[in-house]
Amino acid sequence: MTDLTGKTALITGASGGIGGAIATALHGAGAVVGLSGTRVEPLEALAGELGDRAHVLPCNLSDMEAVEALPKQAAEAMGSVDILVNNAGITRDNLFMRMSDEDWQSVINVNLTASFKLCKAVMRGMMKARWGRIVNITSVVGATGNPGQANYAASKAGMVGMSKSLAYEVASRGITVNCVAPGFISTAMTDKLTDDQKSAILGQIPAGAMGAPDDIAAAVRYLASMDAGYVTGTTLHVNGGMAML
Amino acid sequence: MSDIADRVKKIVVEHLGVEEDKVVENASFIDDLGADSLDTVELVMAFEEEFGIEIPDDAAETIQTFGDAVKFIKEAA
Repeated sequence: MTDLTGKTALITGASGGIGGAIATALHGAGAVVGLSGTRVEPLEALAGELGDRAHVLPCNLSDMEAVEALPKQAAEAMGSVDILVNNAGITRDNLFMRMSDEDWQSVINVNLTASFKLCKAVMRGMMKARWGRIVNITSVVGATGNPGQANYAASKAGMVGMSKSLAYEVASRGITVNCVAPGFISTAMTDKLTDDQKSAILGQIPAGAMGAPDDIAAAVRYLASMDAGYVTGTTLHVNGGMAML
Repeated sequence: MSDIADRVKKIVVEHLGVEEDKVVENASFIDDLGADSLDTVELVMAFEEEFGIEIPDDAAETIQTFGDAVKFIKEAA
């Protein structure tokens, strides 16, 4: 079993389905967790469920001042940030020809720029500790593209390139940087799909079912573990076979 | 040798694992002392902590030698 006792983990987007599952998995492995997100209520509820070793750190990642303050708040609450999971993300879907500059920029800011800033801010502590784990949650569409999601796909592909470059730079310091790329995962977002939409999606997935948030959490827990110390700069695709990359 | 120079030298010796007598005024961290570019970032971080100063990125780029570091820190501290 993965043992993360004594490690501290900051998870963004912990108020969502996947982020909550990631936080629960890392906490279950013994880590102290910092739960970040825009909505305080679900964060408080999750912290209440987890009990000890859980800190609520609200942050709106579209507010760059708040992004810069978050790593400091996390370090104050937990003493350090040994594991960073950039899970938060937004979508502003539209056909390319109808996509506004604002739709483009807001998605790039939250998904890519905020991740960059958070990685940079936690790097000093990880370099000193000669140990660190960064797991960036991307998406299958970052590799395959998806109509209506030029901004989102660009932000996720951007995270992959950023992660690989950073992985190069800090590998010699015992720090790994990897991505987990979910396919279709059942969350509040996919609950809104119609039955027709769902069956069309399932037709593209060899596994014949959508994934669960716990499938993503298990991949993150592995990449955060001691066992994955020699794994860096890679993307672990968790998508039921819908894109074999 | 000043107290600041001694403290800088101690950090350089510990971080880069080099002999103390190699750390001279004109010794370049990268060319003479075997540092890689990330080592120089870490040295700057260590100087900031030791001396309680902030070394901005553009200034950090100008610190190439042991002498550069001592000079910058004397002016900043």
